[in-house]
Amino acid sequence: MNISTLKPSPTQVWQIAQSHFRTLRADTPFQPRIDAAAKTNEWYNWSGYRAPHSLWDEELEYFAIRSQAALFDISPMTKYRIEGPEAEAFCNRLTLRDVTRLKPGRVHYTAWCDDQGFVLDDGTLFRLSPDRFRLCCQGRHLPWLLDSAIGFTVRIGEETEQVAGLALQGPTSFAVLRDAGFAGIERLKPFDLADFAHESGAVTISRTGFTGDLGYELFVERELALPLWDRLMVAGQLHGIRPIGYAALDRARIEAGLIVANADFTAAQQAVRADRQRLPYEIGLGFMVDADKGHFNGRRAILDARAGKKLRYVLVGLEIEGNIPAEHAIVYHKKNREVGLVSAAIWAPTAKKSVAIASLRRPFGDLILDDLWVEIYAMRELRYERVMKRARIVPRPFIRLERRSATPPADF
Amino acid sequence: MTSSDRTVWDAIVIGGGHNGLICATLLAKGRRNVLLLEANAEMGGAARTEEFFPGFRDSTAHVLNRLHPEVVKALDLEELGLDLLRGASGSTFAPSVVLSKDGAPLTLHGAYGETLTGASAAEQAAWKDLRVQLLRYAGVLKPFLSRRPPEFGSRSPGGLAALGQAALAMKRLGREDMRDFLRVLLMNVHDLLDEQLSDDRLKGLLAFDAVLGSHLGPRSPTSLLGLYYRLAGEIGGAPGAQVVPKGGMGAVIATIRAAAEHAGVALCTGASVAKIVVESGRAVGLALASGEEIHADTIVSAVNPTTTLLTLVGAPLLDTGLVRKVKNIRMKGDVAKLNLALDGVPDFPGVAAQDLHGRLVIAPSPDHVERAFNPAKYGEFSPEPVMEITLPSLTDPSLAPQDGCILSANVQYAPYALKEGWETGKPKFLAAIMAQLEAHAPGIGRLARHAELLTPADIEVRYLMPGGHWHHGELQADQMLFSRPVSGWSGYDTPIERLYLAGAGSHPGGGISGLPGLNAARRILAARAER
Repeated sequence: MNISTLKPSPTQVWQIAQSHFRTLRADTPFQPRIDAAAKTNEWYNWSGYRAPHSLWDEELEYFAIRSQAALFDISPMTKYRIEGPEAEAFCNRLTLRDVTRLKPGRVHYTAWCDDQGFVLDDGTLFRLSPDRFRLCCQGRHLPWLLDSAIGFTVRIGEETEQVAGLALQGPTSFAVLRDAGFAGIERLKPFDLADFAHESGAVTISRTGFTGDLGYELFVERELALPLWDRLMVAGQLHGIRPIGYAALDRARIEAGLIVANADFTAAQQAVRADRQRLPYEIGLGFMVDADKGHFNGRRAILDARAGKKLRYVLVGLEIEGNIPAEHAIVYHKKNREVGLVSAAIWAPTAKKSVAIASLRRPFGDLILDDLWVEIYAMRELRYERVMKRARIVPRPFIRLERRSATPPADF
Repeated sequence: MTSSDRTVWDAIVIGGGHNGLICATLLAKGRRNVLLLEANAEMGGAARTEEFFPGFRDSTAHVLNRLHPEVVKALDLEELGLDLLRGASGSTFAPSVVLSKDGAPLTLHGAYGETLTGASAAEQAAWKDLRVQLLRYAGVLKPFLSRRPPEFGSRSPGGLAALGQAALAMKRLGREDMRDFLRVLLMNVHDLLDEQLSDDRLKGLLAFDAVLGSHLGPRSPTSLLGLYYRLAGEIGGAPGAQVVPKGGMGAVIATIRAAAEHAGVALCTGASVAKIVVESGRAVGLALASGEEIHADTIVSAVNPTTTLLTLVGAPLLDTGLVRKVKNIRMKGDVAKLNLALDGVPDFPGVAAQDLHGRLVIAPSPDHVERAFNPAKYGEFSPEPVMEITLPSLTDPSLAPQDGCILSANVQYAPYALKEGWETGKPKFLAAIMAQLEAHAPGIGRLARHAELLTPADIEVRYLMPGGHWHHGELQADQMLFSRPVSGWSGYDTPIERLYLAGAGSHPGGGISGLPGLNAARRILAARAER
């Protein structure tokens, strides 16, 4: 064996410039339209992009998701393309779920872990063709992906900047797309994807989203981004289409019971404190783990922890009495023993309940389910009103909307 | 052993170097049904003896200075005929002679210079003190050698015992020496020698021994650790001792091989392993290059850890973090091996005839060693290389024809990745070596009938050692103990269930010690008992 064979393997690396850090707040391809819609001027930093927290009214933006059609710019989402004859094998080794069961034209929600089994990130894996994938996630992982690709014939490149993304969510989203002329859109079932003609190129539309509602995500080359926005806005005019910011989406995702990396769990590479890292089973992603599919990163550690009953936490949905959001409240057992923390909570406008996502230290939330309380500190005119509210563990999502999965979708 | 043979082995050991042989023997002694596979036609790895010119034979390893007493005992090597005390000259340990171009040589007799000749009285006294100190300090590290390295976060009794013993050994040094031990532990050898000695020849030898086999110069930080590693070795109970074994290194391998056969190990040469077969995270067998598959309960790899994990298992079956660590193991060799077929015994002026049986070192001063190292940092060989020389045919006349003589030399520095490439660099380097030899043994060039120079690139190919590195990984502080071969997997286990490492790439490292093989065998037997 020659030592030179140990250097970067057959893996071909697309040295796509990772220049995102050169601009402190980069603009997305949709920025001219977003800026025009931005009345509140509330911005936040999404992976280095200037993204709207709200555009015109947080409350009404939320109801655009639930009652109309909401248009949300997801271009800052990190996107990788993974191509080659062993792309499937590579994705299977990288992520928790069995990728051999992900058919071309389908999407699944998945996650990936380090050697210790701690979750590095979660995201969606799009199978564009038998040997072409797109991985979408919050964090940036190119070095990890490239090192994971050693020994595979696969090409991996980041395409965050090249590919623009839009989420179109809400009951009339189907009607918007149909009226925009995407023929055949009615055939997409949840987690299906297909290419549709757009201008000189194509737009990849998947029936996915982060709202628990009927909705779609659209990906297009950045050059075709603005015409796509305009096409949707024109077609959506009579369907109540509205651009929205993240605050509204965040409410919808909590109602849908979906978690966000570095909000509901700390991604392993971000965690400074060793005990903050989480195994998939500790953040509600245990269902993804496929022990029978062959090797994947962290397999040994995850299965050992599962077999040795070394899982320390559990992520649960809580329904809380009253109407005060229990954001970052401490969870108690029998009002006195601290057993966990709420990572996200809202008054859910559609469920019409106070709901929360919380991490509890096992056996609480796992074997001990009763007598749980959350301690809410509500600031009332410069004084904390401390209330202890009863919390009940309930299944997520907190709302189930039939329209989310009805195929063909109804025409609202 | 054919494909129709349905035998399922308890264990298969890959690699018939001394560690593989020792590990296989101990497993067989533990009532395991063991098969050992060696790719070459002969056992022994870099210690095997091969003909390099008609009638002339030599092995790449040529001095025995750390074959561990527990290994000798566990394999009953003395009963099988290994006589370590006698060594080359028939009665004593091999001396180390520092050659000098223009003056008298300096000679360390007995076990690493129990007596010193050729130096001033003051220097002899200084050496006596330093020798005692070096051996005491090296002794602190000894408890770690013959057991699994301690692991952070685990409270295994073995690991704690080693830490405890080392702490005790340190405490026994007394307060002043303990402080001094901690002061010098990671020092460079050059500075320490300057503190205590004045004779350049003696300092040159110690500097050379500290850096032999590693990519370090005497002034490189931590280079003293190499000298401790050398002195933590012992022969026949004498710390620091060395022998040029009777019958050559081949005889040592033959004895270990006999022990393996005696224990019932099935030995198979010419069997090149292509793949370790893994099912659901567990090693279940091997695929040979011939296409044949053999199954076993346990697989032990006594070959290079990088080869084992990245080639035989393959990165796709390993976690990414581990792949990163394995790829970062530093193992680019820096030592070339010279085998010289001579028409007679060369004349080293001033060296007593009986001392020619020992080890002759060209390292005139620590500065010379450092200057020899400088070009290696930039991918060039030393124009005036340093080397250790033995004349193995004086001990074992069968290695050379009558009136012939063999000169065996380890030469530094010869960087694995030579900038100009070894194809054109090798003849130039050989010329530099011969010039150096001629300066210390005038007339040797006329005696030379054939020279075989093995650069690290050649050693890589011949012995399947990636990087041509003797130790299967640099033996420096960052690649020792719990970091050898990589952190998290230093205890001979691998993330593949029932696949173990047993070679020099694992703790405690290289040299003919047999300890990685011994420690691995103990680990495997203990793990089997736990199942």
